[in-house]
Amino acid sequence: MTDLLFAGDSPRDRADVSSAKPADPLPHYISDSPFDPYSVESMTPAQERFYLASEWRMVWWKLRRHRIAVLSGAVLLTLYVSILFCEFLAPYELDARNTDFIYAPPQRVRIFDNGRLVWPFVYGYDYRLDMNNLERLYTPNPDKRQPIRFFCHSSKYRFWGLFEGDLHLLCPTPGGQLFLAGTDRLGRDLLSRIIYGARISLTIGLLGVAVSFTLGVLIGGIAGYYGGWTDILVQRGIEVIQSFPHLPLWMALSAILPVSWSPILVYIGITLILGMIEWTHLARAVRSKLLALREEDFCTAAVLMGARPARIIGRHLLPSFMSHLIASATLMIPGMILGETALSFLGLGLRPPMTSWGVLLNEAQNINVVALYPWLMLPVAFVIVTVLAFNFFGDGLRDAADPYH
Amino acid sequence: MLSYLVHRVLIMIPTLIAISIVIFTIINLPPGDYFSTYIAELQSSGEAADLAKIAFLKAQYGFDRPLWQQYLFWVGGLLHGDMGYSFAYNLPVNQVVGDRLLLTFIVSFTTILFTYVVAFPIGVYSATHQYSWTDHALTLLGFLGLATPSFLLALVLLYFANVYLGISIGGLMDPQYVDRPWSFGKALSVAAHLWIPVIVIGTAGTASMIRRLRANLLDELQKQYVVTARAKGLHPLKLLFKYPLRMALNPFISDIGSLLPHVISGAAIVSVVMSLPTTGPMLLDALRSQDMYLAGSFLMFMAFLTVIGVFVSDIALAVLDPRIRLQAGRRQ
Repeated sequence: MTDLLFAGDSPRDRADVSSAKPADPLPHYISDSPFDPYSVESMTPAQERFYLASEWRMVWWKLRRHRIAVLSGAVLLTLYVSILFCEFLAPYELDARNTDFIYAPPQRVRIFDNGRLVWPFVYGYDYRLDMNNLERLYTPNPDKRQPIRFFCHSSKYRFWGLFEGDLHLLCPTPGGQLFLAGTDRLGRDLLSRIIYGARISLTIGLLGVAVSFTLGVLIGGIAGYYGGWTDILVQRGIEVIQSFPHLPLWMALSAILPVSWSPILVYIGITLILGMIEWTHLARAVRSKLLALREEDFCTAAVLMGARPARIIGRHLLPSFMSHLIASATLMIPGMILGETALSFLGLGLRPPMTSWGVLLNEAQNINVVALYPWLMLPVAFVIVTVLAFNFFGDGLRDAADPYH
Repeated sequence: MLSYLVHRVLIMIPTLIAISIVIFTIINLPPGDYFSTYIAELQSSGEAADLAKIAFLKAQYGFDRPLWQQYLFWVGGLLHGDMGYSFAYNLPVNQVVGDRLLLTFIVSFTTILFTYVVAFPIGVYSATHQYSWTDHALTLLGFLGLATPSFLLALVLLYFANVYLGISIGGLMDPQYVDRPWSFGKALSVAAHLWIPVIVIGTAGTASMIRRLRANLLDELQKQYVVTARAKGLHPLKLLFKYPLRMALNPFISDIGSLLPHVISGAAIVSVVMSLPTTGPMLLDALRSQDMYLAGSFLMFMAFLTVIGVFVSDIALAVLDPRIRLQAGRRQ
């Protein structure tokens, strides 16, 4: 209204008005400037970017404010990118054995030589067998200075089993050694094995969650949408599964996997086992959300327009809380990584030659290791970092999942 | 209340039946049975198997009959308190399990107690001092507890306990007490050994409970009745304990149900590492050697314990929280 009355506030108009006598009725006035009824609601581009942001963009904004979550996300991203290039990152190959260096302790990287800053180097080891208690003694020898090489050519590998290559990020001096995390009972470089093990340990959690996610959304969706008998049946089923202690159940299931299976089949089997039990939490979440959402008007509208249940669930209902689902799925991954580690540690999960962090920790099974070769426990540091990062990231994601809050 | 109780008990029956079917399926899934593995093992070492005895045992335990009959036989036995026969130990399962069960129970119970005792003050403190340095440190500690694989924590603790405190490695008591009748000295020795497994098993559960209690209490602390009470000048401690804490306590009780499977899981792996004379290592062996009655009956027993645990926590919750009691009554 205000626009209509005062829009033509130009000098010519004012002259017209002032020339008229007070008693005369005002001439009928129509502004010919273009009329836009939404002008009050118009926004500057900056505002528009903010108010019309998609849900995912807002989740991202909110997540970005959560500093620990962002940091954890960066750590995870680094870890997951690194598993693409294991062969390049690892100084040695997975099964490269250095038979002269069995149970060698980690070498220290030194950058100071006589107080001067120099190219990073390590001291080579002098080896002596203590005949009294048959202990292998390695002493760093300051005369054997071995500079570390970067982006260098050393042992050959097959990248992803496809291409020949020999470029490494780090390599030992020719004829020297580089055991930044020590070696195991066969003289294999632990750091390289940890890097290769990440490939299995990190993907098993992701694949397991993919299985749980599919199962959870499918079963929870059906239960929540149809309700009634289906719902009761699913609820009871979930209760049955949840009332099992997880680990014994995992143990029982993985004891089923035949010993004759190839490592890759065992890997898939373990993934399925991990995923088959964890889906119940997601299914519960999906079910309770759907029970509430299916009463909403937009859902009725979709039904009236003849959409089939699969489309209604998948296209209309699920997207409205997808961010929550993803956040809770993220929080499930650490449990699976720990589960795999525990199973492999017990010898029920993956078996060598498959190498995961759990398989590596299997070597650290007795108390001697803690006393004599504590570096064999190093894989656990990677497990802890990964699990922590997933927990923090998942927590941040869960807080951000409701950006309208 | 009575209708809720009856309803709750009736629900347990189909749950237990379903669990028993699942367990029976799982232990029967691997190809072959204990006897075929056993015979093959004996033959490979060149010994003659006592086929007559094996045939007798097979007939006795119905291995020649169809699976559903075997299942009914097994469940029927369970109902009479007969858990079957362990072929590896050559003893009834009851006898194999007996002593270990007591120790398992002691370990689990102490762990749950430990979880409550530790989680309660820390959770309350974290919530009332949100975003303080102590809160951040405790939160980080809690996350670390969740992230550390228990078996490794067990090894490291065991080592340090041995080096600095001189506690014998492995087992739940000093060697001289093993296989002795219970005495004061034995109980004391058990207590001295108990704390490591309890800490190790309890860590993860404690961490998650702290987080839940903190979150719940934080939710309550923001509510208007708290503001009102504070405005009226109620003493902060009295305010905390009288109202919001009571509301935030529900998960403490409802968690007994979910804590129990966790504790039993944790106990299973930790006791393998620490070679505790509890049921974990036995279950592992039984699963490996397909000693199916031992594995199956024992899994069933653990599931039964859990179902009972959930039941007890539900009842306790209903007693404490009229909302749950009344809602459940209305639903019928």
